[in-house]
Amino acid sequence: MLRYAFKRLISLLISLVVASVVIFAVIEVAPGDPASFMLGVNAQEDTLAALRAELGLDVSNAQRYLDWVGGMLVGDFGTSYTYRTPVSQMIADRMWVSLPLALYALILSTLIAFPAGIYAAARRGKPGDLTVMGATQLGIAVPNFWFAMMLVLIFAINLRWFNAGGFAGWNKGLWAGLHSLTLPAIALALPQAAILARVMRSSLLDILGEDFMRTARAKGLTYRQALWRHGVRNALIPVLTILGLQFSFLLAGAIIIEQVFYLPGLGRLVFQAISARDLIVVESVVMLLVFAVITVNFLVDLAYAAVDPRLRSRT
Amino acid sequence: MSRNLILGAVLSSLVLLAAVISFVWTPYDHAALNIPNKLQPPNARHWFGTDHFGRDTFSMIMVGARTSIAVALVAVGIGVGFGVPLGLTAAARQGSWLDEVIMRGNDLVFAFPSLVIAILITAVFGAGAINAIIAIGIFNIPVFARITRGAALSLWGREFILAARVSGKGAARISAEHILPNVANLLIVQGTIQFSLGILAEAGLSYVGLGAQPPTPSWGRMLADAQTMVSFAPHLALIPGLAIIVTVLGLNLLGDGLRDWLDPRIRVARA
Repeated sequence: MLRYAFKRLISLLISLVVASVVIFAVIEVAPGDPASFMLGVNAQEDTLAALRAELGLDVSNAQRYLDWVGGMLVGDFGTSYTYRTPVSQMIADRMWVSLPLALYALILSTLIAFPAGIYAAARRGKPGDLTVMGATQLGIAVPNFWFAMMLVLIFAINLRWFNAGGFAGWNKGLWAGLHSLTLPAIALALPQAAILARVMRSSLLDILGEDFMRTARAKGLTYRQALWRHGVRNALIPVLTILGLQFSFLLAGAIIIEQVFYLPGLGRLVFQAISARDLIVVESVVMLLVFAVITVNFLVDLAYAAVDPRLRSRT
Repeated sequence: MSRNLILGAVLSSLVLLAAVISFVWTPYDHAALNIPNKLQPPNARHWFGTDHFGRDTFSMIMVGARTSIAVALVAVGIGVGFGVPLGLTAAARQGSWLDEVIMRGNDLVFAFPSLVIAILITAVFGAGAINAIIAIGIFNIPVFARITRGAALSLWGREFILAARVSGKGAARISAEHILPNVANLLIVQGTIQFSLGILAEAGLSYVGLGAQPPTPSWGRMLADAQTMVSFAPHLALIPGLAIIVTVLGLNLLGDGLRDWLDPRIRVARA
Protein backbone atom coordinates (compact mmCIF):
# COMPACT_ATOMS: atom_id res chain seq x y z
CA MET A 1 0.00 0.00 0.00
CA LEU A 2 2.80 2.36 0.96
CA ARG A 3 4.63 1.60 -2.28
CA TYR A 4 1.49 2.28 -4.26
CA ALA A 5 0.85 5.55 -2.41
CA PHE A 6 4.44 6.63 -3.06
CA LYS A 7 4.17 5.84 -6.78
CA ARG A 8 0.91 7.76 -7.06
CA LEU A 9 2.41 10.67 -5.15
CA ILE A 10 5.30 10.89 -7.63
CA SER A 11 2.90 10.93 -10.59
CA LEU A 12 0.79 13.54 -8.77
CA LEU A 13 3.85 15.77 -8.45
CA ILE A 14 4.80 15.26 -12.11
CA SER A 15 1.25 16.12 -13.16
CA LEU A 16 1.33 19.30 -11.12
CA VAL A 17 4.70 20.40 -12.54
CA VAL A 18 3.62 19.71 -16.12
CA ALA A 19 0.31 21.46 -15.50
CA SER A 20 2.03 24.57 -14.15
CA VAL A 21 4.45 24.68 -17.11
CA VAL A 22 1.61 24.28 -19.62
CA ILE A 23 -0.54 26.96 -17.99
CA PHE A 24 2.39 29.35 -17.72
CA ALA A 25 3.39 28.74 -21.34
CA VAL A 26 -0.17 29.24 -22.62
CA ILE A 27 -0.49 32.52 -20.75
CA GLU A 28 2.99 33.56 -21.91
CA VAL A 29 2.17 33.30 -25.60
CA ALA A 30 -1.01 35.31 -25.09
CA PRO A 31 -0.84 38.42 -27.24
CA GLY A 32 -0.79 41.77 -25.47
CA ASP A 33 1.45 43.25 -22.81
CA PRO A 34 -0.42 43.75 -19.50
CA ALA A 35 1.47 46.98 -18.78
CA SER A 36 0.48 48.68 -22.03
CA PHE A 37 -3.04 47.34 -21.64
CA MET A 38 -3.32 48.96 -18.20
CA LEU A 39 -1.85 52.30 -19.19
CA GLY A 40 -3.47 52.62 -22.61
CA VAL A 41 -1.89 53.23 -26.02
CA ASN A 42 -0.54 56.72 -25.23
CA ALA A 43 1.65 55.66 -22.32
CA GLN A 44 5.24 56.91 -22.18
CA GLU A 45 8.00 54.34 -22.61
CA ASP A 46 9.54 55.05 -19.18
CA THR A 47 6.18 54.76 -17.40
CA LEU A 48 5.64 51.40 -19.10
CA ALA A 49 9.08 50.21 -18.05
CA ALA A 50 8.44 51.30 -14.47
CA LEU A 51 5.12 49.47 -14.36
CA ARG A 52 6.66 46.35 -15.89
CA ALA A 53 9.30 46.39 -13.19
CA GLU A 54 6.64 46.87 -10.52
CA LEU A 55 4.62 43.92 -11.85
CA GLY A 56 7.75 41.79 -12.10
CA LEU A 57 7.46 41.51 -15.88
CA ASP A 58 10.98 42.75 -16.68
CA VAL A 59 12.85 39.53 -15.89
CA SER A 60 13.36 36.40 -18.01
CA ASN A 61 10.51 33.91 -18.55
CA ALA A 62 12.25 31.17 -16.58
CA GLN A 63 12.76 33.53 -13.65
CA ARG A 64 9.11 34.58 -13.75
CA TYR A 65 7.95 30.97 -13.85
CA LEU A 66 10.06 30.16 -10.79
CA ASP A 67 8.81 33.27 -8.99
CA TRP A 68 5.23 32.30 -9.76
CA VAL A 69 5.52 28.67 -8.64
CA GLY A 70 7.66 29.55 -5.64
CA GLY A 71 5.17 32.19 -4.58
CA MET A 72 2.23 29.80 -4.88
CA LEU A 73 4.02 27.27 -2.67
CA VAL A 74 4.00 29.79 0.18
CA GLY A 75 0.50 31.07 -0.60
CA ASP A 76 1.56 34.17 -2.53
CA PHE A 77 -0.30 34.23 -5.84
CA GLY A 78 1.02 37.61 -6.95
CA THR A 79 -0.78 40.92 -7.31
CA SER A 80 -3.72 41.49 -9.62
CA TYR A 81 -2.83 43.79 -12.55
CA THR A 82 -6.18 45.57 -12.49
CA TYR A 83 -7.19 45.65 -8.84
CA ARG A 84 -3.68 45.92 -7.34
CA THR A 85 -4.78 43.57 -4.56
CA PRO A 86 -3.17 40.23 -3.69
CA VAL A 87 -4.60 37.46 -5.89
CA SER A 88 -4.62 35.12 -2.88
CA GLN A 89 -7.04 37.50 -1.15
CA MET A 90 -9.33 37.60 -4.20
CA ILE A 91 -9.29 33.82 -4.48
CA ALA A 92 -10.00 33.37 -0.78
CA ASP A 93 -13.03 35.68 -1.00
CA ARG A 94 -14.45 33.87 -4.03
CA MET A 95 -13.72 30.47 -2.57
CA TRP A 96 -16.43 31.08 0.02
CA VAL A 97 -18.96 30.99 -2.78
CA SER A 98 -17.55 28.31 -5.09
CA LEU A 99 -16.63 25.72 -2.48
CA PRO A 100 -19.98 25.73 -0.61
CA LEU A 101 -21.76 25.67 -3.98
CA ALA A 102 -19.86 22.54 -5.08
CA LEU A 103 -20.48 20.84 -1.72
CA TYR A 104 -24.17 21.75 -1.76
CA ALA A 105 -24.52 20.35 -5.30
CA LEU A 106 -22.65 17.19 -4.31
CA ILE A 107 -25.02 16.59 -1.38
CA LEU A 108 -28.09 17.21 -3.54
CA SER A 109 -26.86 14.94 -6.30
CA THR A 110 -26.20 12.15 -3.76
CA LEU A 111 -29.63 12.58 -2.19
CA ILE A 112 -31.28 12.24 -5.60
CA ALA A 113 -29.03 9.59 -7.13
CA PHE A 114 -28.75 7.01 -4.35
CA PRO A 115 -32.47 6.35 -3.88
CA ALA A 116 -33.09 6.53 -7.63
CA GLY A 117 -30.27 4.09 -8.46
CA ILE A 118 -31.22 1.61 -5.71
CA TYR A 119 -34.88 1.79 -6.67
CA ALA A 120 -34.09 1.16 -10.34
CA ALA A 121 -31.78 -1.78 -9.59
CA ALA A 122 -34.28 -3.39 -7.24
CA ARG A 123 -36.96 -3.20 -9.93
CA ARG A 124 -34.79 -4.13 -12.87
CA GLY A 125 -36.69 -4.29 -16.15
CA LYS A 126 -39.97 -3.14 -14.58
CA PRO A 127 -41.71 0.17 -15.37
CA GLY A 128 -40.11 1.86 -12.33
CA ASP A 129 -36.62 1.02 -13.60
CA LEU A 130 -37.42 2.14 -17.14
CA THR A 131 -38.79 5.44 -15.87
CA VAL A 132 -35.70 6.16 -13.78
CA MET A 133 -33.39 5.15 -16.63
CA GLY A 134 -35.31 7.31 -19.08
CA ALA A 135 -35.07 10.24 -16.68
CA THR A 136 -31.31 9.77 -16.35
CA GLN A 137 -30.88 9.70 -20.14
CA LEU A 138 -32.67 13.02 -20.23
CA GLY A 139 -30.67 14.35 -17.27
CA ILE A 140 -27.37 13.61 -19.02
CA ALA A 141 -28.54 15.35 -22.21
CA VAL A 142 -29.64 18.58 -20.50
CA PRO A 143 -26.97 21.32 -20.49
CA ASN A 144 -26.79 22.51 -16.89
CA PHE A 145 -26.69 26.22 -17.76
CA TRP A 146 -29.92 25.84 -19.75
CA PHE A 147 -31.52 23.97 -16.87
CA ALA A 148 -30.37 26.85 -14.65
CA MET A 149 -32.16 29.36 -16.88
CA MET A 150 -35.35 27.30 -16.72
CA LEU A 151 -35.10 27.17 -12.92
CA VAL A 152 -34.77 30.96 -12.88
CA LEU A 153 -37.77 31.29 -15.17
CA ILE A 154 -39.97 29.06 -13.03
CA PHE A 155 -38.83 29.61 -9.44
CA ALA A 156 -37.47 33.14 -9.54
CA ILE A 157 -39.50 34.98 -12.17
CA ASN A 158 -42.86 33.21 -12.00
CA LEU A 159 -43.08 31.87 -8.46
CA ARG A 160 -40.71 34.41 -6.86
CA TRP A 161 -39.40 31.87 -4.36
CA PHE A 162 -35.77 32.75 -5.07
CA ASN A 163 -33.75 35.64 -6.44
CA ALA A 164 -32.82 35.32 -10.10
CA GLY A 165 -29.16 35.86 -9.30
CA GLY A 166 -26.57 37.36 -7.01
CA PHE A 167 -25.30 36.19 -3.67
CA ALA A 168 -26.64 37.42 -0.34
CA GLY A 169 -23.34 36.91 1.46
CA TRP A 170 -22.65 34.71 4.46
CA ASN A 171 -22.72 37.70 6.82
CA LYS A 172 -26.49 37.84 6.28
CA GLY A 173 -26.68 34.48 7.96
CA LEU A 174 -26.36 30.86 6.93
CA TRP A 175 -29.94 30.65 5.70
CA ALA A 176 -29.68 33.68 3.39
CA GLY A 177 -26.45 32.32 1.92
CA LEU A 178 -27.84 28.83 1.34
CA HIS A 179 -31.02 30.27 -0.09
CA SER A 180 -29.17 32.16 -2.82
CA LEU A 181 -27.08 29.07 -3.63
CA THR A 182 -30.07 26.71 -3.88
CA LEU A 183 -31.04 27.19 -7.54
CA PRO A 184 -27.40 27.09 -8.75
CA ALA A 185 -26.78 23.96 -6.69
CA ILE A 186 -29.85 22.23 -8.16
CA ALA A 187 -28.77 23.17 -11.68
CA LEU A 188 -25.29 21.78 -11.07
CA ALA A 189 -26.51 18.67 -9.28
CA LEU A 190 -29.06 17.38 -11.79
CA PRO A 191 -26.79 16.13 -14.61
CA GLN A 192 -24.36 14.75 -12.02
CA ALA A 193 -27.20 12.96 -10.25
CA ALA A 194 -28.21 11.33 -13.54
CA ILE A 195 -24.71 9.91 -14.03
CA LEU A 196 -24.41 8.88 -10.39
CA ALA A 197 -27.79 7.11 -10.41
CA ARG A 198 -26.72 5.06 -13.44
CA VAL A 199 -23.46 4.06 -11.73
CA MET A 200 -25.34 3.17 -8.54
CA ARG A 201 -27.80 1.03 -10.49
CA SER A 202 -25.24 -0.90 -12.53
CA SER A 203 -22.98 -1.38 -9.53
CA LEU A 204 -25.86 -2.75 -7.46
CA LEU A 205 -26.96 -5.00 -10.34
CA ASP A 206 -23.46 -6.51 -10.45
CA ILE A 207 -23.62 -7.22 -6.73
CA LEU A 208 -27.14 -8.69 -6.91
CA GLY A 209 -25.82 -11.42 -9.19
CA GLU A 210 -23.13 -12.47 -6.68
CA ASP A 211 -23.24 -15.82 -4.86
CA PHE A 212 -23.27 -14.20 -1.43
CA MET A 213 -26.55 -12.52 -2.26
CA ARG A 214 -28.11 -15.91 -2.95
CA THR A 215 -26.60 -17.17 0.31
CA ALA A 216 -28.14 -14.23 2.16
CA ARG A 217 -31.55 -15.11 0.78
CA ALA A 218 -30.98 -18.80 1.51
CA LYS A 219 -30.22 -18.13 5.17
CA GLY A 220 -33.66 -16.55 5.46
CA LEU A 221 -33.26 -12.82 4.83
CA THR A 222 -36.06 -11.20 2.91
CA TYR A 223 -35.21 -9.64 -0.45
CA ARG A 224 -35.31 -6.21 1.12
CA GLN A 225 -33.03 -7.17 4.02
CA ALA A 226 -30.52 -8.79 1.69
CA LEU A 227 -30.61 -5.79 -0.62
CA TRP A 228 -29.79 -3.30 2.13
CA ARG A 229 -27.46 -5.32 4.35
CA HIS A 230 -25.35 -6.97 1.66
CA GLY A 231 -26.22 -5.40 -1.67
CA VAL A 232 -26.13 -1.65 -1.19
CA ARG A 233 -23.12 -1.75 1.12
CA ASN A 234 -20.98 -3.60 -1.38
CA ALA A 235 -22.24 -1.57 -4.31
CA LEU A 236 -21.11 1.66 -2.67
CA ILE A 237 -17.38 1.20 -3.38
CA PRO A 238 -17.39 2.16 -7.09
CA VAL A 239 -20.09 4.74 -6.41
CA LEU A 240 -17.92 6.53 -3.86
CA THR A 241 -15.11 6.76 -6.40
CA ILE A 242 -17.36 8.46 -8.90
CA LEU A 243 -18.59 10.72 -6.13
CA GLY A 244 -15.03 11.86 -5.42
CA LEU A 245 -14.40 12.56 -9.09
CA GLN A 246 -17.68 14.46 -9.31
CA PHE A 247 -16.64 16.87 -6.61
CA SER A 248 -13.74 18.12 -8.68
CA PHE A 249 -16.00 18.21 -11.72
CA LEU A 250 -18.55 20.29 -9.82
CA LEU A 251 -15.89 22.72 -8.67
CA ALA A 252 -14.74 23.26 -12.27
CA GLY A 253 -18.24 23.02 -13.74
CA ALA A 254 -19.49 25.72 -11.41
CA ILE A 255 -17.66 28.24 -13.62
CA ILE A 256 -20.50 28.39 -16.14
CA ILE A 257 -23.31 28.14 -13.59
CA GLU A 258 -21.84 31.10 -11.70
CA GLN A 259 -22.17 33.07 -14.95
CA VAL A 260 -25.89 32.27 -15.15
CA PHE A 261 -26.62 33.38 -11.59
CA TYR A 262 -24.11 36.25 -11.40
CA LEU A 263 -22.51 34.57 -8.38
CA PRO A 264 -19.23 36.15 -7.22
CA GLY A 265 -17.30 32.87 -7.30
CA LEU A 266 -14.07 31.68 -8.90
CA GLY A 267 -15.75 31.31 -12.29
CA ARG A 268 -16.81 34.93 -12.48
CA LEU A 269 -13.36 35.95 -11.26
CA VAL A 270 -11.81 34.08 -14.20
CA PHE A 271 -14.12 35.65 -16.78
CA GLN A 272 -13.69 39.15 -15.39
CA ALA A 273 -9.94 38.66 -15.36
CA ILE A 274 -10.00 37.39 -18.95
CA SER A 275 -11.84 40.44 -20.23
CA ALA A 276 -9.53 42.78 -18.30
CA ARG A 277 -6.45 40.81 -19.51
CA ASP A 278 -5.56 40.34 -15.85
CA LEU A 279 -3.56 37.26 -16.77
CA ILE A 280 -1.91 36.67 -13.38
CA VAL A 281 -5.38 36.11 -11.91
CA VAL A 282 -6.41 33.76 -14.76
CA GLU A 283 -3.15 31.85 -14.41
CA SER A 284 -3.46 31.41 -10.64
CA VAL A 285 -7.14 30.48 -10.54
CA VAL A 286 -6.75 27.93 -13.33
CA MET A 287 -3.72 26.44 -11.57
CA LEU A 288 -5.68 26.27 -8.32
CA LEU A 289 -8.58 24.46 -10.02
CA VAL A 290 -6.20 22.03 -11.72
CA PHE A 291 -4.49 21.46 -8.38
CA ALA A 292 -7.84 20.76 -6.71
CA VAL A 293 -8.91 18.32 -9.42
CA ILE A 294 -5.60 16.43 -9.53
CA THR A 295 -5.41 16.23 -5.74
CA VAL A 296 -8.97 14.96 -5.36
CA ASN A 297 -8.32 12.32 -8.04
CA PHE A 298 -5.20 11.29 -6.12
CA LEU A 299 -7.10 10.97 -2.84
CA VAL A 300 -9.86 8.97 -4.54
CA ASP A 301 -7.26 6.58 -5.99
CA LEU A 302 -5.71 6.10 -2.55
CA ALA A 303 -9.07 5.53 -0.89
CA TYR A 304 -9.99 3.05 -3.59
CA ALA A 305 -6.71 1.16 -3.20
CA ALA A 306 -7.20 1.11 0.57
CA VAL A 307 -10.52 -0.72 0.28
CA ASP A 308 -9.65 -2.86 -2.77
CA PRO A 309 -6.18 -4.46 -2.48
CA ARG A 310 -6.34 -5.82 -6.05
CA LEU A 311 -5.79 -2.33 -7.41
CA ARG A 312 -2.48 -1.79 -5.68
CA SER A 313 -0.56 -4.13 -7.97
CA ARG A 314 -1.84 -2.23 -11.00
CA THR A 315 0.21 0.88 -11.45
CA MET B 1 -32.27 -3.59 -33.47
CA SER B 2 -33.38 -2.11 -30.19
CA ARG B 3 -35.83 0.69 -29.64
CA ASN B 4 -32.96 2.85 -28.34
CA LEU B 5 -31.04 2.45 -31.56
CA ILE B 6 -34.00 3.40 -33.74
CA LEU B 7 -35.07 6.36 -31.62
CA GLY B 8 -31.48 7.57 -31.40
CA ALA B 9 -30.95 7.20 -35.13
CA VAL B 10 -34.18 9.07 -35.89
CA LEU B 11 -33.39 11.99 -33.55
CA SER B 12 -29.79 12.27 -34.75
CA SER B 13 -30.71 12.17 -38.43
CA LEU B 14 -33.40 14.78 -37.83
CA VAL B 15 -30.77 17.21 -36.55
CA LEU B 16 -28.30 16.24 -39.26
CA LEU B 17 -31.00 16.73 -41.89
CA ALA B 18 -31.83 20.19 -40.55
CA ALA B 19 -28.16 21.12 -40.74
CA VAL B 20 -27.77 19.83 -44.29
CA ILE B 21 -30.97 21.45 -45.55
CA SER B 22 -29.92 24.77 -44.01
CA PHE B 23 -27.21 25.04 -46.68
CA VAL B 24 -29.80 25.30 -49.44
CA TRP B 25 -32.97 26.42 -47.69
CA THR B 26 -34.12 28.07 -44.46
CA PRO B 27 -37.60 29.57 -43.95
CA TYR B 28 -36.03 33.03 -43.67
CA ASP B 29 -32.54 34.46 -43.93
CA HIS B 30 -31.13 33.58 -40.51
CA ALA B 31 -29.23 36.88 -40.29
CA ALA B 32 -31.90 39.19 -41.71
CA LEU B 33 -32.96 41.84 -39.17
CA ASN B 34 -36.64 42.70 -39.05
CA ILE B 35 -37.11 44.95 -36.03
CA PRO B 36 -40.91 45.52 -36.43
CA ASN B 37 -41.34 41.76 -36.12
CA LYS B 38 -39.20 41.37 -33.01
CA LEU B 39 -39.91 39.00 -30.11
CA GLN B 40 -42.86 37.23 -31.69
CA PRO B 41 -43.93 34.06 -29.93
CA PRO B 42 -44.09 30.90 -32.07
CA ASN B 43 -46.80 31.28 -34.73
CA ALA B 44 -47.77 30.09 -38.20
CA ARG B 45 -45.32 32.39 -40.01
CA HIS B 46 -42.42 32.00 -37.60
CA TRP B 47 -42.66 28.44 -36.25
CA PHE B 48 -40.23 29.08 -33.40
CA GLY B 49 -40.94 32.83 -33.09
CA THR B 50 -38.46 35.66 -33.59
CA ASP B 51 -35.69 37.14 -31.44
CA HIS B 52 -35.04 40.72 -30.28
CA PHE B 53 -33.81 41.69 -33.75
CA GLY B 54 -36.78 40.04 -35.45
CA ARG B 55 -34.60 37.21 -36.79
CA ASP B 56 -36.41 33.93 -37.43
CA THR B 57 -35.53 31.49 -34.62
CA PHE B 58 -36.30 28.39 -36.70
CA SER B 59 -33.78 29.45 -39.35
CA MET B 60 -31.19 30.24 -36.68
CA ILE B 61 -31.69 26.82 -35.05
CA MET B 62 -31.17 25.14 -38.45
CA VAL B 63 -27.96 27.05 -39.15
CA GLY B 64 -26.88 26.64 -35.50
CA ALA B 65 -27.10 22.87 -35.93
CA ARG B 66 -24.41 23.25 -38.58
CA THR B 67 -22.08 24.98 -36.11
CA SER B 68 -22.67 22.42 -33.35
CA ILE B 69 -22.19 19.44 -35.63
CA ALA B 70 -19.13 20.89 -37.34
CA VAL B 71 -17.36 21.71 -34.06
CA ALA B 72 -18.18 18.40 -32.38
CA LEU B 73 -17.38 16.35 -35.51
CA VAL B 74 -13.96 17.90 -36.08
CA ALA B 75 -13.21 17.57 -32.36
CA VAL B 76 -14.00 13.84 -32.59
CA GLY B 77 -11.84 13.72 -35.74
CA ILE B 78 -8.91 15.18 -33.79
CA GLY B 79 -9.46 12.60 -31.05
CA VAL B 80 -9.57 9.71 -33.52
CA GLY B 81 -6.80 11.05 -35.75
CA PHE B 82 -4.26 11.37 -32.93
CA GLY B 83 -5.67 9.00 -30.32
CA VAL B 84 -6.11 5.85 -32.43
CA PRO B 85 -2.53 5.80 -33.84
CA LEU B 86 -1.19 6.48 -30.34
CA GLY B 87 -3.27 3.65 -28.90
CA LEU B 88 -2.25 1.24 -31.69
CA THR B 89 1.42 2.13 -31.21
CA ALA B 90 1.21 1.70 -27.45
CA ALA B 91 -0.41 -1.72 -27.87
CA ALA B 92 2.06 -2.86 -30.52
CA ARG B 93 4.98 -1.86 -28.31
CA GLN B 94 3.35 -3.01 -25.09
CA GLY B 95 5.56 -2.57 -22.01
CA SER B 96 8.18 -0.52 -23.85
CA TRP B 97 9.15 3.01 -22.85
CA LEU B 98 7.02 4.29 -25.75
CA ASP B 99 3.92 2.60 -24.31
CA GLU B 100 4.76 4.04 -20.90
CA VAL B 101 5.21 7.58 -22.25
CA ILE B 102 1.97 7.46 -24.25
CA MET B 103 -0.09 6.13 -21.38
CA ARG B 104 1.38 8.51 -18.77
CA GLY B 105 0.72 11.38 -21.17
CA ASN B 106 -2.87 10.19 -21.43
CA ASP B 107 -3.28 10.09 -17.67
CA LEU B 108 -1.93 13.61 -17.52
CA VAL B 109 -4.45 15.02 -19.99
CA PHE B 110 -7.23 13.10 -18.24
CA ALA B 111 -6.28 14.72 -14.95
CA PHE B 112 -6.97 18.22 -16.26
CA PRO B 113 -10.43 19.70 -15.77
CA SER B 114 -11.33 19.89 -19.46
CA LEU B 115 -13.76 22.79 -19.18
CA VAL B 116 -11.26 24.98 -17.35
CA ILE B 117 -8.52 24.30 -19.88
CA ALA B 118 -10.91 24.85 -22.79
CA ILE B 119 -11.77 28.24 -21.29
CA LEU B 120 -8.09 29.02 -20.81
CA ILE B 121 -7.25 28.11 -24.43
CA THR B 122 -10.10 30.05 -25.98
CA ALA B 123 -9.52 33.01 -23.67
CA VAL B 124 -5.85 33.28 -24.54
CA PHE B 125 -5.93 32.48 -28.24
CA GLY B 126 -9.17 34.31 -28.85
CA ALA B 127 -12.75 33.13 -28.88
CA GLY B 128 -13.89 31.37 -32.02
CA ALA B 129 -15.04 28.10 -33.51
CA ILE B 130 -11.53 26.93 -34.45
CA ASN B 131 -10.11 27.38 -30.96
CA ALA B 132 -13.19 25.76 -29.45
CA ILE B 133 -12.65 22.75 -31.71
CA ILE B 134 -9.01 22.46 -30.65
CA ALA B 135 -9.86 22.86 -26.97
CA ILE B 136 -12.53 20.14 -27.13
CA GLY B 137 -10.51 17.93 -29.49
CA ILE B 138 -7.41 17.75 -27.26
CA PHE B 139 -9.44 16.06 -24.55
CA ASN B 140 -10.78 13.50 -27.01
CA ILE B 141 -7.27 12.23 -27.79
CA PRO B 142 -6.64 10.30 -24.53
CA VAL B 143 -10.16 8.84 -24.65
CA PHE B 144 -9.54 7.23 -28.02
CA ALA B 145 -5.92 6.32 -27.25
CA ARG B 146 -6.93 4.44 -24.11
CA ILE B 147 -9.86 2.57 -25.61
CA THR B 148 -7.83 1.62 -28.72
CA ARG B 149 -4.90 0.35 -26.67
CA GLY B 150 -7.14 -1.67 -24.38
CA ALA B 151 -8.95 -3.37 -27.23
CA ALA B 152 -5.78 -3.86 -29.29
CA LEU B 153 -3.90 -5.49 -26.41
CA SER B 154 -6.43 -8.31 -26.16
CA LEU B 155 -6.17 -8.86 -29.93
CA TRP B 156 -2.37 -9.11 -29.99
CA GLY B 157 -2.55 -12.43 -28.14
CA ARG B 158 -4.91 -14.03 -30.67
CA GLU B 159 -3.99 -16.68 -33.20
CA PHE B 160 -4.85 -14.71 -36.33
CA ILE B 161 -2.38 -12.01 -35.30
CA LEU B 162 0.23 -14.69 -34.70
CA ALA B 163 -0.49 -16.02 -38.19
CA ALA B 164 0.02 -12.55 -39.63
CA ARG B 165 3.34 -12.23 -37.81
CA VAL B 166 4.48 -15.62 -39.04
CA SER B 167 3.66 -14.55 -42.58
CA GLY B 168 6.19 -11.74 -42.11
CA LYS B 169 4.05 -8.65 -41.58
CA GLY B 170 5.49 -5.89 -39.40
CA ALA B 171 3.82 -4.39 -36.36
CA ALA B 172 2.64 -1.30 -38.23
CA ARG B 173 1.05 -3.35 -41.00
CA ILE B 174 -0.61 -5.72 -38.58
CA SER B 175 -1.99 -2.78 -36.61
CA ALA B 176 -3.45 -1.20 -39.73
CA GLU B 177 -4.69 -4.34 -41.49
CA HIS B 178 -5.80 -6.60 -38.66
CA ILE B 179 -6.10 -4.70 -35.37
CA LEU B 180 -7.80 -1.56 -36.61
CA PRO B 181 -10.74 -3.27 -38.39
CA ASN B 182 -11.39 -5.28 -35.24
CA VAL B 183 -11.53 -2.28 -32.93
CA ALA B 184 -13.59 -0.18 -35.36
CA ASN B 185 -16.90 -1.09 -33.68
CA LEU B 186 -15.70 0.17 -30.33
CA LEU B 187 -14.42 3.35 -31.91
CA ILE B 188 -17.75 4.02 -33.61
CA VAL B 189 -19.62 3.67 -30.32
CA GLN B 190 -17.13 5.85 -28.44
CA GLY B 191 -17.14 8.35 -31.29
CA THR B 192 -20.89 8.76 -30.97
CA ILE B 193 -20.59 9.41 -27.24
CA GLN B 194 -17.72 11.90 -27.66
CA PHE B 195 -19.74 13.58 -30.39
CA SER B 196 -22.60 14.21 -27.97
CA LEU B 197 -20.19 15.44 -25.29
CA GLY B 198 -18.68 17.75 -27.90
CA ILE B 199 -22.10 19.24 -28.67
CA LEU B 200 -22.61 19.97 -24.96
CA ALA B 201 -19.11 21.42 -24.60
CA GLU B 202 -19.53 23.65 -27.66
CA ALA B 203 -22.84 24.92 -26.30
CA GLY B 204 -21.20 25.70 -22.95
CA LEU B 205 -18.26 27.51 -24.53
CA SER B 206 -20.40 29.60 -26.86
CA TYR B 207 -22.78 30.35 -23.98
CA VAL B 208 -19.93 32.09 -22.13
CA GLY B 209 -18.94 33.83 -25.37
CA LEU B 210 -15.89 31.70 -26.19
CA GLY B 211 -17.33 29.69 -29.07
CA ALA B 212 -18.31 30.66 -32.59
CA GLN B 213 -18.57 34.43 -32.95
CA PRO B 214 -21.39 36.47 -34.50
CA PRO B 215 -22.81 36.41 -37.11
CA THR B 216 -22.36 32.60 -37.10
CA PRO B 217 -25.41 31.38 -35.16
CA SER B 218 -24.76 28.88 -32.38
CA TRP B 219 -27.19 27.37 -29.90
CA GLY B 220 -25.08 28.31 -26.91
CA ARG B 221 -24.93 31.98 -27.85
CA MET B 222 -28.65 32.04 -28.64
CA LEU B 223 -29.17 30.94 -25.03
CA ALA B 224 -26.81 33.62 -23.73
CA ASP B 225 -28.72 36.27 -25.71
CA ALA B 226 -32.03 34.91 -24.44
CA GLN B 227 -31.05 35.06 -20.79
CA THR B 228 -31.95 38.70 -20.20
CA MET B 229 -35.24 38.27 -22.07
CA VAL B 230 -36.35 35.06 -20.41
CA SER B 231 -39.17 36.77 -18.49
CA PHE B 232 -40.98 38.15 -21.54
CA ALA B 233 -39.75 35.89 -24.36
CA PRO B 234 -39.28 32.44 -22.78
CA HIS B 235 -39.42 30.72 -26.19
CA LEU B 236 -36.01 32.18 -27.03
CA ALA B 237 -34.48 30.29 -24.09
CA LEU B 238 -36.63 27.18 -24.41
CA ILE B 239 -36.05 26.34 -28.08
CA PRO B 240 -32.23 26.32 -28.37
CA GLY B 241 -32.12 24.29 -25.13
CA LEU B 242 -34.54 21.73 -26.54
CA ALA B 243 -32.47 21.58 -29.74
CA ILE B 244 -29.37 20.71 -27.68
CA ILE B 245 -31.28 18.12 -25.64
CA VAL B 246 -32.73 16.42 -28.72
CA THR B 247 -29.30 16.22 -30.35
CA VAL B 248 -27.43 14.96 -27.29
CA LEU B 249 -30.20 12.54 -26.30
CA GLY B 250 -30.35 11.20 -29.86
CA LEU B 251 -26.59 10.65 -30.02
CA ASN B 252 -26.48 9.00 -26.58
CA LEU B 253 -29.31 6.63 -27.46
CA LEU B 254 -27.61 5.92 -30.78
CA GLY B 255 -24.34 5.15 -28.97
CA ASP B 256 -26.02 2.84 -26.45
CA GLY B 257 -28.02 1.14 -29.18
CA LEU B 258 -24.96 0.67 -31.40
CA ARG B 259 -22.99 -0.81 -28.52
CA ASP B 260 -25.67 -3.41 -27.86
CA TRP B 261 -26.12 -4.08 -31.55
CA LEU B 262 -22.42 -4.38 -32.41
CA ASP B 263 -21.40 -6.35 -29.33
CA PRO B 264 -21.59 -10.00 -30.45
CA ARG B 265 -21.73 -11.30 -26.88
CA ILE B 266 -24.94 -9.46 -26.15
CA ARG B 267 -26.40 -10.49 -29.50
CA VAL B 268 -25.77 -14.16 -28.76
CA ALA B 269 -27.26 -13.79 -25.29
CA ARG B 270 -30.38 -12.26 -26.76
CA ALA B 271 -30.84 -14.79 -29.54
